[in-house]
Amino acid sequence: MALIINEEQKMLKDSAKEFLNLKSPLSLMRELRDNNFRPYKKELWTEMVEMGWTALIIPEKYNGLNFGYVGLGQVLEETGRKLTVSPLISTVLMSTTIISLSKNEVLKSNLFKEILNGSKLLTIAHEEGVIHNSEILDSLISKVGDTFILNGKKNFVIDGNISDHIIVSAQDENGSDLLIAVVDSKSKGIKFNNKVHMDSRTYSDITFNNVEINKDSFLSTGSDGKSILEKTFDISRIGLAAEMLGSIQEAFDITMSYLREREQFGVKIGSFQSLQHRSALMFAEIELCKSIVLKALQSIDNDKDLSKNASLAKAKLGMTYKLVSNEAIQMHGGIGVTDDSDIGFFLKRSRVIENAFGDSNFHLDKLAKIKGY
Amino acid sequence: METKLNTDLTSFRTETREWLNENCPTSMREPVEDPSQLYWGGRNAEFISKDQEIWFKKMLEKGWIAPDWEKKYGGGGLSLDENNILNQEMGRLGCRKPHYNFGISMLGPALLKFATEEQKLRYLPEIIQAKIRWCQGYSEPNAGSDLANLQTKAEDKGDHFLVTGSKVWTSYADKADWIFCLVRTDPSGSKHTGISFLLIDMASQGVSTRPIKLISGKSPFCETFFDSVEVPKENLVGTLNDGWTIAKYLLTHERQMIGGIGETDKKEFISDHAINIISKTNDILSDTVLRSKISEFEMNEEIFDLTIQRTMDEEKSGNNSGANSSFFKYYGTELNIQREELRLSINGFKSTEWTSDESHNGKQARFFCRTKGNSIEGGTHEVQLNIIAKRILGLPSK
Repeated sequence: MALIINEEQKMLKDSAKEFLNLKSPLSLMRELRDNNFRPYKKELWTEMVEMGWTALIIPEKYNGLNFGYVGLGQVLEETGRKLTVSPLISTVLMSTTIISLSKNEVLKSNLFKEILNGSKLLTIAHEEGVIHNSEILDSLISKVGDTFILNGKKNFVIDGNISDHIIVSAQDENGSDLLIAVVDSKSKGIKFNNKVHMDSRTYSDITFNNVEINKDSFLSTGSDGKSILEKTFDISRIGLAAEMLGSIQEAFDITMSYLREREQFGVKIGSFQSLQHRSALMFAEIELCKSIVLKALQSIDNDKDLSKNASLAKAKLGMTYKLVSNEAIQMHGGIGVTDDSDIGFFLKRSRVIENAFGDSNFHLDKLAKIKGY
Repeated sequence: METKLNTDLTSFRTETREWLNENCPTSMREPVEDPSQLYWGGRNAEFISKDQEIWFKKMLEKGWIAPDWEKKYGGGGLSLDENNILNQEMGRLGCRKPHYNFGISMLGPALLKFATEEQKLRYLPEIIQAKIRWCQGYSEPNAGSDLANLQTKAEDKGDHFLVTGSKVWTSYADKADWIFCLVRTDPSGSKHTGISFLLIDMASQGVSTRPIKLISGKSPFCETFFDSVEVPKENLVGTLNDGWTIAKYLLTHERQMIGGIGETDKKEFISDHAINIISKTNDILSDTVLRSKISEFEMNEEIFDLTIQRTMDEEKSGNNSGANSSFFKYYGTELNIQREELRLSINGFKSTEWTSDESHNGKQARFFCRTKGNSIEGGTHEVQLNIIAKRILGLPSK
């Protein structure tokens, strides 16, 4: 498969870019933050739904657009450029993915309807440790008579505070299967502790205390829970990498413009070789980022080497985002550490997104394991 | 239309694979240990084995010594797609290139773009047939990174040029038959103007060479001296005093070559090497610090290869990619250097042996030393970063 995007994907990318330039400039993120950390702008989300963004990866069978992940990746790259705050990651990238991997047809078709028309928001609650880990799982679902009861504690739940459905991972009572259940966020026994992070977005710690789960609300059937969850993680890693690619490029572009304009010692600071060389090094790393993000997105659509490419993408993008967000501030000098400048937003987002679904160290370790060392 | 094209390419791939399987001798599929195992052609060339001769002649007959050159010059007339497929299939089987010659990798592309039809018909077939081995005369003692400062002069003497000066870092000058040279034909203008591109027969009166020994030991590099050498006027390629245009074009090719583009030889994964040497604990390399360094290196190596692929795919679809030859030269050589550093760590005491039989006369240590030149030759890292900053990022000059 050629490592380029096709005409349709290019058109989607261009329309996303145009739309976000107009409706979601970087200043929107600042506005939401200054408005008591508003979690998202409803009007913007409604327009995203109208543009078909919630339908992108839903199969035609369920009235979706079946545009594929390369398409969704183009949109995420553009939202990354504007640091757009929206439920796109939680509801579309993560939740739509995990639902589409399920064999529970009734639940699937109901949830897809709600996602398509934008009436409901969803997220996944999995993490229980200090860093991402797919093995640590103390949450438990036990069967009492005809009902199922969930107990456990989750943290770092993206958009937990605004989601209508929480998709929860838990062990079954025998400790043999991993279960994935959809829980109504208004259920009795759920407690949210919402926390604003450095990127001005809200992540929830959620406690489930004897929460009742309907027997028809399981996305996992039999023993497929673990593989569904792992695949969802890999796909989410790649989607986040696409968003990171947009942010990295935007932070870099803004910084290059600054180097071309800012004067000190009577010359443009971009004429200094020390800055030129560091800029060129960043350019080189960004070229690599573009390649692996596209390759990884393609590997979702053709289901080839998914885990390896997901880890390559998340590791490389994480390291490059760190480099570029640090350099962006340093090259801006004093203005770079003021809140008046937007450039610091990229630094703050980079460190939060780095921890989602495994940081660069986690993925370098995983890559070594995949290759047998 | 597209379906037909794809079908054609698929059958081309199948036929190519079958043909290579049938015609490439087994010994010509083994990894190259040393450049002396390759066939370089030239007036004094000898085949080092019967297989090498068979392989060269088969490929010559097939037109695949320079597969993408036009047939009238002795090439194979392959399209870009077909040429890529041939490269991939050769890589898959590990086939060596049948003929290494700077005439193919560097001079040829320049002649195809800048030479007269008469010059093309004279020089290109000789290169393909391995009759003439070429070397490159660019750098000078006082023109390294500042290449345009070159001073070797070619004076107009009516029916010929009189060339005086010296070149340095001329690879294989002591073995080559002809040299393509940058010479100063007009000292009056700015340093980039007044340079011309000249072809010189190394057998001419007044040409001499001296080998250069490197920190790695013996090397293919030479110094080349021109002491009042008479060169016919017709040996000028392109426009008089506009040789810098050709020089820049050729440097692009050289960088791509050094950066590894179009390479067909198989690379060994450094982790496979480590697994063979270092013990494991719970399926994990016992040296966990080295393990993470290897993993990071292999991540970059794999993604760099993807970037080569992406750039070629973009060019094929008519998009001008952001990445250029300076990026590839910089990154590719940087990976080479890192790879050898890792190999030293993996092999420990053995890695620095210099003269022992077991180390094949210090093969690894010498190779390590040799990679130190990778970030210098063909334009230093710093020159490449300057080019990226100015030409791609548009950062200002002082």
